[in-house]
Amino acid sequence: METVTDLTLREIGRSIEKTLGQKIEISETTNISRDLQIDSLALMNVVMELEDVFDLSIPLDRLAVVETAGDLSSLIKELRTKG
Amino acid sequence: MSLLDKHLAYSQAYGRIRALGADPFSVRFDAVVSPTEGVTNGRRVILLGTNNYLGLTFDPECIEESARAVREQGTGTTGSRIANGSFSGHAALEQALASFYGRKNAMVFSTGYQANLGVMSTLVGRDDHLILDADSHASIYDGARLSQAEVIRFRHNDPEDLYKRLKRLKDKPGQKLIVVEGIYSMLGDTAPLKEICAVKREMDAYLLVDEAHSMGVLGPTGRGLAEAAGVEADVDFIVGTFSKSLGAVGGFCVSDVPDFDVMRVVCRPYMFTASLPPAVIASTLTALRRLQEEPALRQRLNANATRLYEGLSALGFHTGPQIGPIVAVAMPDQACAVAFWNTLLARGVYLNLALPPATPDSRPLLRSSISAAHTPEQIDTVIGLFAEIGREFGVIGDEASQRAAG
Repeated sequence: METVTDLTLREIGRSIEKTLGQKIEISETTNISRDLQIDSLALMNVVMELEDVFDLSIPLDRLAVVETAGDLSSLIKELRTKG
Repeated sequence: MSLLDKHLAYSQAYGRIRALGADPFSVRFDAVVSPTEGVTNGRRVILLGTNNYLGLTFDPECIEESARAVREQGTGTTGSRIANGSFSGHAALEQALASFYGRKNAMVFSTGYQANLGVMSTLVGRDDHLILDADSHASIYDGARLSQAEVIRFRHNDPEDLYKRLKRLKDKPGQKLIVVEGIYSMLGDTAPLKEICAVKREMDAYLLVDEAHSMGVLGPTGRGLAEAAGVEADVDFIVGTFSKSLGAVGGFCVSDVPDFDVMRVVCRPYMFTASLPPAVIASTLTALRRLQEEPALRQRLNANATRLYEGLSALGFHTGPQIGPIVAVAMPDQACAVAFWNTLLARGVYLNLALPPATPDSRPLLRSSISAAHTPEQIDTVIGLFAEIGREFGVIGDEASQRAAG
């Protein structure tokens, strides 16, 4: 895995690996469905993991705008600041 | 370039499955001769994948009442209840359902799918929260989308996970509605309803239970899991279907919630679709009566379910977590699942091939649904064929144990 300085992105990578059961490479621009072959159901499972990692709620309708790992990271940051 | 090109991946995957034999998602029956037997490709097959739990599709009384209704009231209502009005049967069926469940109100929908769409989209809205079991049926997910509520999933059948997720929502404004199913349609497992009700009470949420697969199957009088678990008072809304135990088509919701009838003028999947035709209403009303009059149907169903579950488990197949009217066998991979399914059909058994993402844990499943109308001999034939094909394919027997050990 390349060096990831963004902690949120690192946790996203870990959650994806846990859900898929395999090692993956991830960056801000990684396209979640195209590059990682994550379907909508697997993405919902990744989100469930991330909710626990960050102890926050990520409503499913917010995923409509998520295409890249960077999008997901921004969404989590936004939800964390909003409290 | 076609509008459907966006589904290319599915279309290719579907093509690969069809290339291996019959099309598992559009089997054509030349005839259906009883609740448990059909004819496909000129061959008689045992029907083991039709959710016909009580076997009432050929019940003489249901057929007679249905035929009488079509003769007396015509083939259809030709429109919705708000535009064309209700027939006496619609109201009678709603009363019968309310009385069966001991609830103040009942509402009938044209399909079970629409019942979930209608109820969920009407009960919660933009500022509310829906908390769904992760393995919920597609109609629940679609109802959630239509509602525009904020949707959170909790881990399948895990009340502690539900509690944790509700706790995160504690200080957020809006109502909270938990949605679970009585029996889950893929593996046939039941929800831990008692524990879920305890969480619901503590966190001050509402609870909806979809009893589609458990109505007529569970509980001392067949009302479903809520009755079996003794927690009906904690369940605010029960949704169900007429297309399984009651042998027809349609859906319903029962509840004690005040002002229930406002749903009739705000619930779009109720308002903007044609109402059920008299023949369906009549057979459903009769089937609901038959369900109550004849608890022996439920006992036979459970005996058949136990026979199949224990038979397949004893052979070494990976069955679901508990005995019930749905018996799912996990297959090692998709190619094996498709070939196994084709061979079963060719040798005389029709059941459901369930492939990811429709299955939990990304495992392909051979899914059986058992009927009270199956004979023990039919169940034994099925077990025998599973044994034969399982050994041929190395899913059970020495090869399978070596693979599991290796």
